Formats: sequence, C-alpha cells, structure tokens
Amino acid sequence: MARTTAHAPGRLAWPVAVLAIAGLAVLVLPIIALIVRAPWADLPELLVRESVIAALVLSFGTAIMATAVCLVLGVPLAALLARATGWPTLPRRLLRAAVTVPLVLPPVVGGIALLLLLGRRGLVGSALEQWFGLTIPFTTGAVVIAQVFVSLPFLVFAVEGALRSADRRTELAAATLGASRWQVFRHVTLPLVAPGVAAGAVLCFTRALGEFGATITFAGSLPGVTRTLPIASYLAMQTDPAEAVALALLLLAVSIGVLLGLRDRWLPGVRG
Amino acid sequence: MMNTWMPRRIATTLAVLLAAALGGCASNAGGSGATSGTVTSEADPATITVFAAASLTEAFDELAAQFEVEHPSVEVVLDFGGSGTLAQQIAEGAPVDVFASAAEPPMQSVVDAGLAVDPAVFATNTLELVVPAGNPAAVTGLDDLANSSLRVALCDVSVPCGAASEQLLRQQGVTAAPDTLESDVKAVLTKVSLGEVDAALVYRTDVRSAGGSVEGIEVPDAASVVSRYPIAALTDAAEPATAAAFVAFVAGAEGRTVLDRFGFGAP
Repeated sequence: MARTTAHAPGRLAWPVAVLAIAGLAVLVLPIIALIVRAPWADLPELLVRESVIAALVLSFGTAIMATAVCLVLGVPLAALLARATGWPTLPRRLLRAAVTVPLVLPPVVGGIALLLLLGRRGLVGSALEQWFGLTIPFTTGAVVIAQVFVSLPFLVFAVEGALRSADRRTELAAATLGASRWQVFRHVTLPLVAPGVAAGAVLCFTRALGEFGATITFAGSLPGVTRTLPIASYLAMQTDPAEAVALALLLLAVSIGVLLGLRDRWLPGVRG
Repeated sequence: MMNTWMPRRIATTLAVLLAAALGGCASNAGGSGATSGTVTSEADPATITVFAAASLTEAFDELAAQFEVEHPSVEVVLDFGGSGTLAQQIAEGAPVDVFASAAEPPMQSVVDAGLAVDPAVFATNTLELVVPAGNPAAVTGLDDLANSSLRVALCDVSVPCGAASEQLLRQQGVTAAPDTLESDVKAVLTKVSLGEVDAALVYRTDVRSAGGSVEGIEVPDAASVVSRYPIAALTDAAEPATAAAFVAFVAGAEGRTVLDRFGFGAP
C-alpha cells in the first residue's frame, strides 16, 4: 500500500515515457535536420528570387481562397454531420466515411479523381467545356479546388467536434423564444462554435498551403499560375537543393507560425 | 480530435500493420547481414535495387525480368523517377546498387559525390511530339506548341526531358506557350493520354510504350538533340558483383535487343 501511494499520480511508467520520447523524436528530428542543414547564409538571396516570390504569393492566395470556400461549405456540412447522430446506422456511416476519405486518400489519387471529374474528358468537365468553353485543369482555380478537396475534412471535423460539445439548451431556449431555424443557427449556434470554426479554418489553411499531390496531378505546375510552394520545392530539389530547402523552410515557418498562433483552447481535446 | 472520428478498429489495424512491417524489417536486416561480404552464388539469394529514369520504365521492367530469369537467385527491385530526384536521393544515402539516368548531369553529380565511377552511355533517345489519340486539336508540328489557345504540356527544364525540349525548341526558334511544366516525362504523357492537353514533347520511346491512347508526330531535326543515358554500378552497392553483372547485361547484346525493341538508340 505504501509503495503504491508513493507514485506521483501524473508520472508515466518508464516504458511509456521512453516510447513517447521516441515518438516525439520521429516527429521532430526531420524538422531539426531541415533547420540545421538550411543554407542560412544564402537564405536572403534565395528567398527574394522571382520564382520563390511567385510561388509564395500563389500559395498564400490559393490557400486563403480555399479556406474561404471550406468555411462556406464546411460549417453547414459539419452541422449536418453533427445532426446525423439521430440517423439510421448505414447512411450515418456513409456520410462520415465520405467526409473522411480525403483525409486517408493519397492526395495524388484525389488529383486523379478530380481530373476524371473536372478534366476535359471528365464526367462534369466535358460538359463544362462543351457548353461554356470552360476548362478547369491547369488554372489557378484548379489549385483552389484541389486544396479544398484535401483540406475540407479538417474544417468539418473541427467544427463538428465543437458542435457536439456545445450546450444545446441555448439553441432550444432561442427556438422557444420564437427564433427561426436560420436565426438560431446564425445568432446562437455559430457564436457558440466560433472557436472550433477558427481552429478548423487554421488547420484547413495550413493543410491547403502544404497541398502537393492533388495539385500537381490535377492543376499541373506552371510558375505564377499553378506552381505552389510545395511543388516549387519539389522541382527545385532536382537541380538546386539549396533553393528547395529554402522553400521548405519558408513553408515550415508559416505553418509553425500559424499553429503557434492557434490557442490551445480552440482545439477541443488538445488542451494540455 | 482524431479519436472522435477515427474508429478504434482502424487504429488497431494500423498497429498490427506497423508491427508486421517492423518484423519484416528485422528479418530483412538479418538476411542481408548473412549474405554481405560473400560473393553471390546460385544458392545465395541477392536483391539489387536499381534507380532508373522515368523514361526507362517499360524497358527496365523487361530487362529486370530477363535478368532474373538468367539469375534465378537474384531479385531486381526497380524505382523510377526524375533523374535529378533519383541522383539527389542517392547522394543522401539511398541504398541503391545501380543508377541509370536519362541525362549526363544527374549521373555526373553522383560521380562527383564519389558514389560511382566510369558511367557508360548505354542508350540514346530523341524527342517526339505527342497528341491524344485522334489528334483532336489537329496538331501538325512543333510550331503548334506556341499556340496559346492549345493546351500544351512540357517537362520542367529541371528534368532531362525538359532540358532537351528547351534545347530543341530554341534550335527551331519556337517559343512554346506551355500550360504546365511537369516533374517527369511520364507525368506529361499521362496528361496527353487523358486528353487533358492537346500536345506535348516527350521521348519517342514514351510514345511507343504508351500504346493506343496517344499518337506520335515526328519532328524534323529532332535528331539534332540527342539524350544520352548513362548507367553505373554504385561504389557503395550492397551487392557489387550482382550490380556489375546487371550493368553489363543492360549494356551488352541482350540489353541492346530489349532497348532496340523499346525504341532506344545505340550509344
């Protein structure tokens, strides 16, 4: 008895602690290597290159647009998902799986799927070209679509988590007081889950910023039009590793900056 | 947040897969430890890893299969990609026995890093215009690549097919208006076979191996820009004898027969 009470309650068993540190090392060591081996001396010159600036501007612009689209479509989808708990099992699981698929799908596969849908010979793309003379692949719009496809689930799940843990009684009270469904959603539900929406938007933005596979497959790679930072970094690796590392560092800095700016309490379940 | 949507069953499955993968690593390590330092014999299974340029995909699949028939104890593992990326991975210590590049600069970077000696040119290639089957945009020649109303794909200049394309276009005085600059020649070919672009420049061997989904259009003077493919066994090869045998096989008469069939020129 005396021995069991001697344990500090929050202390981990040593095998758990060792594996936890190993796990952390797996995540952190590559980033440290990137920082250590970065061409710091040449960095000022590398980062003002025209190709780097073009990729940076394009990446920021498309990721912001993708986040906006995700907000408009993702918050209602999260509301639907949160409401689906009352549904029969099969449609509920299908809905959840449909939202999860882009998270577990290799992005390249997502790019191929987008091409088969929106490409010139795609299910929808062929009609768009025929009727409106509109082709989507190889445009900046295609970059945004690819980013939305891979980052939307991040926003949906963050908002859904917030919706589930939100206190529903306030909504009920508002409804009882005569508010319409839209008024309840707009003036009660949304403010209630605002932290979740903000967290989701940030995750969505960083995921969109890092998008590579679906973009290069669906949108291609043309400087200033579709060549985002990750693609520029990948191509630079072929001939100019220093520029590739500089670009990677830039992406890393933006992502870490955004995540550090994200306050703990915005992420339900992540609170330390 | 992850736990709220990720079913526990998936997590369990992943854990089992990971354990299996780790177990596999351990037994592999034991296997190569037992064979290292000995000359490969028929009874002694050996695996060699070959990094080859994307444009060599079909030819090397065939060459590796033939080599394995002749050396039943050998397994050839192939990895294809942009030559520059492969060279970079080799320089960073990828465990590779043989490197076959689509151009001399990537190979030279490996030689300069002290990881290969005396590469030999074993094949040559030239560029060809490629269009989707049926040639929907009625492309006739290199000049069409300058037409901004057509969808055009080229290799990025950082990869060998892109460098060759740039050289050919400059020689012919054509200022191309590409819609995308792809990271390797197979990515260009895919966009053509899907019909997403109207025209592109690829190696003539790629046109040949792509089958019926694309059509090639010969470019006059394409022969003025010749891509030369060097191959070398790497100095750090885990299986140096087998690696050297594979290089000799590719550069030899049997290799030539296969390479001819896929449209590669002799050095």
